[in-house]
Amino acid sequence: MLEEREFLPVAEGLIAGTAGEPALVGSACDRCGTVTFPRQESCPRCMSEDVQERLLGRQGTLWTWTVQCFPPKSPPYRGSPGENFEPYGVGYVELPGEVRVEARLTESEPERLRIGLPMELTLIPAPGPPGAMTYAFRPLEKGE
Amino acid sequence: MSDVEVGIVGLGIHPFGRHEGVTGLQMAALAARRALDDAGIRWSDVDFAAGGSDSAGNADTSVSVLGLTGVPFINVENGCATGGSALTTAHAMLTAGSAEIALVVGFDKHPPGAFNPLPEEWGLGAWYGETGLMLTTQFFAMKIQRYMAEHGISASTLAKVAAKAFANGSRNPNAWRRKPLSEDEILASKMVNPPLTQFMFCSPGEGAVALVLARGSRIKELSRAPVYLRSVAFRTRRFGSFEVFSPSVPLEAAPSPTAEAAAAAFEQAGIGPEDVDVAQLQDTESGAEVMHLAESGLCEHGEQESLIQSGATRISGRLPVNTDGGCLACGEPIGASGLRQVHEVVLQLRGEAGERQIPGPCRVGFTQVYGAPGVSACTVLSV
Repeated sequence: MLEEREFLPVAEGLIAGTAGEPALVGSACDRCGTVTFPRQESCPRCMSEDVQERLLGRQGTLWTWTVQCFPPKSPPYRGSPGENFEPYGVGYVELPGEVRVEARLTESEPERLRIGLPMELTLIPAPGPPGAMTYAFRPLEKGE
Repeated sequence: MSDVEVGIVGLGIHPFGRHEGVTGLQMAALAARRALDDAGIRWSDVDFAAGGSDSAGNADTSVSVLGLTGVPFINVENGCATGGSALTTAHAMLTAGSAEIALVVGFDKHPPGAFNPLPEEWGLGAWYGETGLMLTTQFFAMKIQRYMAEHGISASTLAKVAAKAFANGSRNPNAWRRKPLSEDEILASKMVNPPLTQFMFCSPGEGAVALVLARGSRIKELSRAPVYLRSVAFRTRRFGSFEVFSPSVPLEAAPSPTAEAAAAAFEQAGIGPEDVDVAQLQDTESGAEVMHLAESGLCEHGEQESLIQSGATRISGRLPVNTDGGCLACGEPIGASGLRQVHEVVLQLRGEAGERQIPGPCRVGFTQVYGAPGVSACTVLSV
């Protein structure tokens, strides 16, 4: 399993695809079409239990953002709590026709973040012991 | 709407801040005694009680300090809406005729620093907290970031909200942060989560508030200056509202729990937002006060920019907001916060707010509390 997708996700059932082309695992309601992330067993909109797993689109636009400038408390955070803490970007990325996903951003410089910025899903090392990867969005360069 | 009136006839508060060596329950007991004294009654006169804290123990335990009277006591634990939920319960018991005199109490004692909730307790995978997404401060920063872009709110307006809070807090002996700060000092303080700086955030703290409520003819017997609880409304989030601790949000938008609770509170009271003389809004950070002003119906979305820049929400303005300094100056002991808002509005309506009494007529007050994972409780009070 690990070889097929070339990476170890931070949690099972959260990220699929390959290291080069990861995709988030969400769900879509058979009855009303509502898309959720992570996947749910029932629809939060119409309460239907006819819900299918769905791989979400990999590109979208930044809907809102901030930067985490202080180290979160551990637990629950698994990253470096002290002097080695590096601020990181966080945002919601709107995946067209699907849902807005909250994620870490590869960019943490406020001057380079703005609402409407085109973004693409990527992987970053998950905070904590080395090995696991988590999802993040990176700004798309012009023409990409 | 019930025909039976419910009044607030007793107020008690333990100062907010940090109180080493004093337990949350001791603060609760002190607030309860003060509220009973203010109403001129004894604990044994109370025939219903409700209250709670988020992290300082269960409220019913304070009964062993106040005296064992056999009173039915409901412990409430409902995040930031703990006080609002206790008040909702007491209001319902009184209007139903199941009690004549009720006591509600909210208290808390949190360690310094941001809250660190655990994902498992909020129906989320451990990864959500482990990867650094589970922070209330991040959510509020992202909500106001979007809101500023959509409705033309400036960073200067965020700073003015905080400057007002600390100015008001300096006039409140029960507030924690009593030193006025300038707009420039607030903007220049350490960046926490852009666009929000350190002094635009409240801090988790300690404190307790108790209220005595009575119904019908008991109100005037127990209070020289009766203040009536015209309504209390409590709502949770709908599909589509943008809420804290959400790994995703739907594309379709829905009114926030605050918008729905406020609308219900005004409707039940038969009083409109335009009649409000003084308001207490959840201001865990500057942006929250800005957004809650419009969500509560006290102004239009975007109108906050001119309202706040012109000073309309100051004590001397036409719509004074958070006259006691709000969460920003008082800190946030979760269980006590919602009741502190009601405490302040009752003081204003009685004309007993001292140095911070609003200068104009004060007949109608409004309170709004918001909490994770998307709950809100609102009240309308009047003389």
